[in-house]
Amino acid sequence: MKGLQTIMGLLTAIVCIVVLRVEAQSPKGKYGNVALTNATIETVTKGTIQNGTVLIVDGKITAVGSNVSIPTGTEVIDCKGQFIYPGMIDAGTNLGLSEISSVARTTDFNEIGEVIPQMKALTAVNPNASAIPVTRVSGVTTALSIPTGGMLSGTAALINLHGYTPDQMFAGFEGIVLNFPNTGRRGFFDRRTDEEIKKASDKALASLNDVWEKATQYQKLDSATKGKAGYYPELQALIPVLRGEQTLLVEVNASKDIQAALKWLKEKKVKKSILTGVAEGWRVADEIAKSGIPVITGGVLELPTRDYDRYDKAYANPGLLKKAGVKVAIKSESNNNNYRNLPYHAGFAVAYGMNKEDALKAVTIIPAELFGVANKLGSIEVGKSATLFICNGDPFETKTQVSHVFIEGWSMPMVSRQTELYNEFLKREPGVKK
Amino acid sequence: MKKLFVLLFSSFILLDAVAQVDKGNLLIKNGTVITITKGNLEQTDVLIKDGKITQIGKNITAPAGIKIVDASGHFVMPGIIDAHTHIALDGINEGTNPITPEVNESDVINPFQIGIYRALGGGITTVHAMHGSANAIGGQCETIKLRYGTFDPEVLKMDGAPRTIKFALGENPTRSHGEGSGIVPRTRMGVEFVIRQAFTEAKEYSEKWNQYNKSKLVKGFRGAPPVYSYRHEVLSDILNDKIIVHCHSYRADEIYMMLKVCKDFGIKRIVFQHVNEGFKVAPELAAQGAMASVFSDWWAYKFEVYYSTAYNAAILAKNGVVTSINSDDGEMMRHLYHEAGKTQKYGGLSDEEALALITINPAKQLGIDNRVGSLEVGKEADIAIFKNHPLSIYGVPMFTIVDGIIRFDREKDPDDMRLMVDPKQAIETATFRDKLSDQDHCMEGAEFILDSELFNANKK
Repeated sequence: MKGLQTIMGLLTAIVCIVVLRVEAQSPKGKYGNVALTNATIETVTKGTIQNGTVLIVDGKITAVGSNVSIPTGTEVIDCKGQFIYPGMIDAGTNLGLSEISSVARTTDFNEIGEVIPQMKALTAVNPNASAIPVTRVSGVTTALSIPTGGMLSGTAALINLHGYTPDQMFAGFEGIVLNFPNTGRRGFFDRRTDEEIKKASDKALASLNDVWEKATQYQKLDSATKGKAGYYPELQALIPVLRGEQTLLVEVNASKDIQAALKWLKEKKVKKSILTGVAEGWRVADEIAKSGIPVITGGVLELPTRDYDRYDKAYANPGLLKKAGVKVAIKSESNNNNYRNLPYHAGFAVAYGMNKEDALKAVTIIPAELFGVANKLGSIEVGKSATLFICNGDPFETKTQVSHVFIEGWSMPMVSRQTELYNEFLKREPGVKK
Repeated sequence: MKKLFVLLFSSFILLDAVAQVDKGNLLIKNGTVITITKGNLEQTDVLIKDGKITQIGKNITAPAGIKIVDASGHFVMPGIIDAHTHIALDGINEGTNPITPEVNESDVINPFQIGIYRALGGGITTVHAMHGSANAIGGQCETIKLRYGTFDPEVLKMDGAPRTIKFALGENPTRSHGEGSGIVPRTRMGVEFVIRQAFTEAKEYSEKWNQYNKSKLVKGFRGAPPVYSYRHEVLSDILNDKIIVHCHSYRADEIYMMLKVCKDFGIKRIVFQHVNEGFKVAPELAAQGAMASVFSDWWAYKFEVYYSTAYNAAILAKNGVVTSINSDDGEMMRHLYHEAGKTQKYGGLSDEEALALITINPAKQLGIDNRVGSLEVGKEADIAIFKNHPLSIYGVPMFTIVDGIIRFDREKDPDDMRLMVDPKQAIETATFRDKLSDQDHCMEGAEFILDSELFNANKK
């Protein structure tokens, strides 16, 4: 009898240990076939479906509609009163490249050099960066991770915010980053005179033209010698752009710089390009529209760029660009890893004049189109990747809660270090007295 | 004639002593009135006379000739209060010594900054214009009302608001002085030491003066007075509860340290600023009656904010700490209502709790809650009127009213609201936020003593 008690006690202890061990592990993503039923589905490209089902099989959306038959053995999540949206895409981050922005040893977005397009963001993306779960639990599932600094800063990469290697995260787009010569000031500490600024930007433009000329010559040599023109990595990296196979992401903000960039892109016959930043786009919106070049603008939550401008110009900018006929995506821009605020940047654009539908597109299907991945991302459609989220209201509304996130069919654990700290400290034990 | 001269002369003196603050009369009709302290009132009017709220109720009869604002379908709430800003100031950091209580922001108020108007555009009416965080004990701060349009710095000051002072713990004072100049403090140990040392010296200073003041009453006393020190006067005022301490801090250990310093020196009123790890010592803060003024969600811009959580405000509030949300930033300041809304996502606060974070709670932290921070009869008429609920992402401030005067009118104000145009200003140069810079603005003006790699990178 006593032996039985001992065995029972031992068993209990083992069960306890097992349970504790399971709890102590970080939760993992979960893969499987899932039916999301009774939901309001915002497809983005094909309107809203009330009381509908999204079926996820093998990581893909295989059925969307109000009359979907669910195969046996499929897990069912009842989404009554809930909404399904495609995962949001933040087209301007340094996710994975920066842990603490002011601690240089934890950042990998700014390599040394002015002309370094061969530096690849994807190489340095840390799949375990603390900001990744913080971002994805808010419904931002995909991000363009961008190197910064210098003139041609490197190659940006589109990543899905789940995976254990950069290749598992890679979402199918890379683009070369060009910081177009800038006549703006960089902040309160930038005390250069107008002449100094002009001189610096003229010099930068001359050096950009020089690089471009060299790259053009190199590309000809490369074609003539069938790839044996010698090892010039920075010029080699520009060849796909010159051939019109890769996108040039042109960061440009001041209105006259935007005009200069448009002129430059035309002169150089750059086939694939996107303007990014575009803070003063509203000032020259018609010219941008006429060029047909799309824009990734943001952050929206910014100050006006000039003292005499209307106080809300930064908030109104995306709407004004769209109104002029520009194809507009919205990015969040943040140096404190707050890419989770992307829906609020879009929401402010709406509060200050942009159409709500356009703002939703600006963080879903439009960036997907700009990056050539609209066959996989950006809307809830059959055949696309099951990269989506479920929430209890308008995703731009501040208080809306996201309850589930799927990335390529993987159901994400809805935790981050920030939620874990909440759980630990809301009712701290011990309290004041131990 | 002589009489007239005396009268004129004395009125000049009067003008000099008390700044002439404009106060208005106004009737706000038919809004949803969010009082903060006494619930919401549908389709209600607010009557303002001479800059104060005199009546809140339905169908108030308009006094003859009064200006009327139609708030039908709009939300009428108290003007938003930001307990941590650096706007309207021409100097932020006297970063030359770890202890500088002798300097005062009150001397460098700049009424011309366009940032004041932009803040009005976000429904802000009162701000705490603070010294920076380069020093363990920094300068005295000024509580100002956004009476944009005045050219007189005195008019911006909120007359009668309690005195406040900036303290700073952690990375900013240690990198300014320890790393920057090679003097104590270089560590959090040093920060505690310089603060305790300053208070101990101030106590000795007061005792000497008390002794002297007592002794000199004795007949035949012939001693000299102690050497006057304004620095020690201010420190003594802190110890005598005449000044509220606003202490820049991030980590739980340094917050806890400062709580002990306050206990040891009998300092009763302290508001921790930023206080990103306040959530870790929320029970201790609550037990001592210390308050917290926090960011909604900023993190990861430096090491001491790496272990932050956007749930900070909710944890603090639910643990009974009087909590506010601040901006420390000229942009974020324009949407503190949205930042307050984030506590509904991160911690599920109610509308009342969330709005208290930007109204009555910061008022308590600045010691002005008897005058502003809620809509009540007798209080000052500082009011923000919103299209859509202020906690909604679609909330848009339409009017901002200070002392009954409309200082921001979204529909009517022209685009260019500058009060002054610098003839030397280059009108074509635009300014863009630097993506690599630190995000807390407490170090403005102290860059020269920093050796941070990032700052040097920026200087290029």
